[in-house]
Amino acid sequence: MIEFRLPSLGADMDEGKLVQWNVKPGDPVKKGDVVAVVDTSKSAIDVEIWDEGTVWELVQAPGETVPVGTVIARLLAPGETTAHAEEERQRRLTAAETAPVPATPVEAPAIARPPAAAVASRPRISPAARARAEALGLDVAAIAGTGPDGAILLEDVERRATEGAQPRDRGAEMRRAIAAAMARSKREIPHYYLATDIPLGRASRWLASRNEAHPVSQRVLMAALLLKAVAVALRRHPQLNGHYTDGAFRPGTGIHPGVAIFIRGGGLIAPAIHDADAQGLDELMRQLADLAARARSYSLRSSELADPTITVTNLGDQGVELVHGVINPPQVALVGFGRVTDRPWVDQGTLIVTPVVTATLAADHRVSDGHVGAALLDEVARLLQDPERL
Amino acid sequence: MDQATIRDTLFAALRGIAPEVTPGEIEPDQPLRDQVDLDSMDFLNFLVRLHEKLGVDVPEADYAKLVTLNDFVAYLQARLG
Repeated sequence: MIEFRLPSLGADMDEGKLVQWNVKPGDPVKKGDVVAVVDTSKSAIDVEIWDEGTVWELVQAPGETVPVGTVIARLLAPGETTAHAEEERQRRLTAAETAPVPATPVEAPAIARPPAAAVASRPRISPAARARAEALGLDVAAIAGTGPDGAILLEDVERRATEGAQPRDRGAEMRRAIAAAMARSKREIPHYYLATDIPLGRASRWLASRNEAHPVSQRVLMAALLLKAVAVALRRHPQLNGHYTDGAFRPGTGIHPGVAIFIRGGGLIAPAIHDADAQGLDELMRQLADLAARARSYSLRSSELADPTITVTNLGDQGVELVHGVINPPQVALVGFGRVTDRPWVDQGTLIVTPVVTATLAADHRVSDGHVGAALLDEVARLLQDPERL
Repeated sequence: MDQATIRDTLFAALRGIAPEVTPGEIEPDQPLRDQVDLDSMDFLNFLVRLHEKLGVDVPEADYAKLVTLNDFVAYLQARLG
């Protein structure tokens, strides 16, 4: 039997609210299928499954808020029978009765979460309170309980009803999530910062002539070229691509840069483009456009939020020249680009005017030193002088 | 195509990218990107939508001519003949 757990939804996200199931018991699923939609403070997220099998039972019901890692469904592995799964369940239930209560995590998460054993249960609520909440159309998960162990009582439902339906303020929730992640970053990560100016005359001309030959829907932005250069450069500098967790650095299994996308109405999200170094420029641009559109309509996939290995942010559109980045934990580096502006530049002893961008790196000194960071920026600059090879 | 139709098409395309914008807010003779906060990706998507709706493919070389809403109306009218 396969236990399907709520996947990680990014470092700053501890829990998600199950909005809907896209599958029902008996449905076959394969790797990459979107099986559920989960809401977080940042986005509605399409949750993908990475196993093949047949849905056996849906453990959590829509409306439940559960911590990351909770079993939300069980599947029969290919070839497995219902009888076998039933047997395994009985065994597990017996084991659960005798097992000691799991210790609470040593590091208290920012958002209080129930101990693992309690996770499988629904919010405690009296039958009368549940009936009343349903009659009033209230979301049980949003009601604070004052009864034993936080159980929701009839009076809690009534109080919630008189408070009136509070419209969800995603902007405020997102701000809290960003605040928690960035405060942790500034508290824990010894950042070092580097900057370099990169001439983009060649890259600009190459991009302009390429775009001239393509309709507007197939145009490539400089942002895609810069992203590609960073991704390729990271191949030779794995110390800047990965996660720092539990006191140790774990290099990324691929180069999955999170691309910072600003959300209209406030907020920021940085979903990953997977294996960006291996994508062609056209494909990378297509993914970038798709990601921006989906981030802004709050429709991202769990795999995009779970595993960015570095963040790339481009603030040039806002007119700034220099970005001093804050690393998004557990990542260990952030590359920032400012605005591409025409500047004086000395090229082989001659003063010319050419488009230039300032690239910056904020990196984690626990994992790498300035020498490594400098080599990365230098490599990015070098790659951008040969745009047709990117 | 008359100016009013072009204007409506422009607003429809803009709403697809910036749903919070209402036509009344836009000063037609002030820079559009500053008023609606369009980044380069938004601006490109805006042009893609105009291309879909009007069949006009705006080359990069013409971007500099397209600053205000009035610029867009005049440019599109000329291109549409």
